[in-house]
Amino acid sequence: MKVFRILGKSIREAFKSIFRNFSLSVASISCTTITLIIVAIALLATYNVNSITKEIEDVLTIVVFVDKKATEDEIKELSNKIYATDNVDKDNTVYNSKEKLKEDLSQDEKMKVLLDTVDENPLQATFVVKVTDVKHLTETAEKFKTYDKVANVKYGESLVNKLLRVFSIIRNGCVVAVVALILVTAFLIANTIKITIFSRRTEIGIMRLVGTSNTVIKLPFLIEGFVLGVIGSIIPILLTIYGYTFLYDYSGGNLFTELVVLVKPAEIVYSSSLVLLIVGGVVGMFGSVRAVRKFLKV
Amino acid sequence: MAFIELNNVYKVYNNGVSALADVNLSIEKGEFVFFIGESGSGKSTLTKLLYREEKPNRGSVIVGGINVARLRNGNVYKLRRKIGVVFQDFKLLPKLTVYENVAYPLESFGLSKAEIHDKVINAIERVGLKDKLRSFPNQLSGGEQQRVCIARAIVNDPKLIICDEPTGDLDPKLSREVMDVIEKINKELGSTIIMATHDKEIVNRMKKRVICIHQGVVVSDKEKGGYVENESI
Repeated sequence: MKVFRILGKSIREAFKSIFRNFSLSVASISCTTITLIIVAIALLATYNVNSITKEIEDVLTIVVFVDKKATEDEIKELSNKIYATDNVDKDNTVYNSKEKLKEDLSQDEKMKVLLDTVDENPLQATFVVKVTDVKHLTETAEKFKTYDKVANVKYGESLVNKLLRVFSIIRNGCVVAVVALILVTAFLIANTIKITIFSRRTEIGIMRLVGTSNTVIKLPFLIEGFVLGVIGSIIPILLTIYGYTFLYDYSGGNLFTELVVLVKPAEIVYSSSLVLLIVGGVVGMFGSVRAVRKFLKV
Repeated sequence: MAFIELNNVYKVYNNGVSALADVNLSIEKGEFVFFIGESGSGKSTLTKLLYREEKPNRGSVIVGGINVARLRNGNVYKLRRKIGVVFQDFKLLPKLTVYENVAYPLESFGLSKAEIHDKVINAIERVGLKDKLRSFPNQLSGGEQQRVCIARAIVNDPKLIICDEPTGDLDPKLSREVMDVIEKINKELGSTIIMATHDKEIVNRMKKRVICIHQGVVVSDKEKGGYVENESI
């Protein structure tokens, strides 16, 4: 019971002081809000970048063109070599013979007419290779080039690498901005708490002299910091839930092009909101712990 | 072992000022003791050592069997709950009523409203301010404010009450009024009372034990003594 009474009193004190130092509280809350909006954007961007990266990785393949003059035995030998290569996803790698390709293409009427005009099959047999680790795509493709009876090897290395590099720059930029803003917010909250401590220093002095424990003296300040952080996370949470859902509906689930598919709101907005709430609360507490440690000589 | 024992206590402040040197004292439970001496003699430092507002550089300060000099910062509050302190400047919170000021420490201990009410009313009755429960400090005379401070000091039934110049800001009539309340508490509750003062009239009238401090050294310790003129105080 004692614990609840002390907790209740601390919560009342915390709210009282938030209103007492209203302008400073508003400044702290605003700063937390701005920080958390950027955290929210970074979070949602990261979720989407990860999802897009994964999607691109899923469709990435190496196409190995077989020399037209290769005999059946040589193709068989090459196939064994390809399947035995490291990083090759054996279950999803397929061999397409010249005949099969012709058959597939002939399903399209125009292509059929075109293919029928030439006597000999002009197509090249291919191995469509999937890899287990996209990071080593280039190395695997280069290895294929050294194999006998390989005419050509194609894969979209430059595009993929560029995209992944851009994504990683976005991600790192977000992390730097968020860390900097979190520090500024914690500093502002620490200042708000400092003012509260100064405005209550007589009270605190009396509390210490009459035998109030340090924990009980500190508690209202910690709660105040936590509450400031949590209030600051309300707008970012609303923006995450409604803003992202609006963006998703407005863009029809795609960003700029149909190739970039956004993650469905229901899959990420609630977990992101929880992260924002926790970050807000923790940053607030961190700020007030700093202030209490520095200015409350208990 | 006596209730309060100081053995070879030295106190030097960070600025190099030596406040106490080789102080040895022993005070029994229920005693009423005056610490007298001029301003800067070290009597306030001595009282502050007892409730661990200050720490000695050397020696032991034992209060109720605990060496408070060795008490960890996190445990000081446990000691202070057993000690009531009365200050010269009252240290009342101006925005709280008499009742709220006295209830203030108990609230921070987490007591229930009913418990707080009983203890507060009891303490306020003892200092004779029952009709001023809802008054604010600025509506009270100096003597009444000091009585509120005394009520706050005794509200948790402390075994030791330390008074640091409690009549310093009061005229002789109000001083007498406050001293009567303190003496009554000493007799009725059996609390040990330690009072730092340089009010000759009070010391001579009360006829209690008087410990005289001069330049940080105990120069006399008289049972039922008075303020002695020729001791250069």
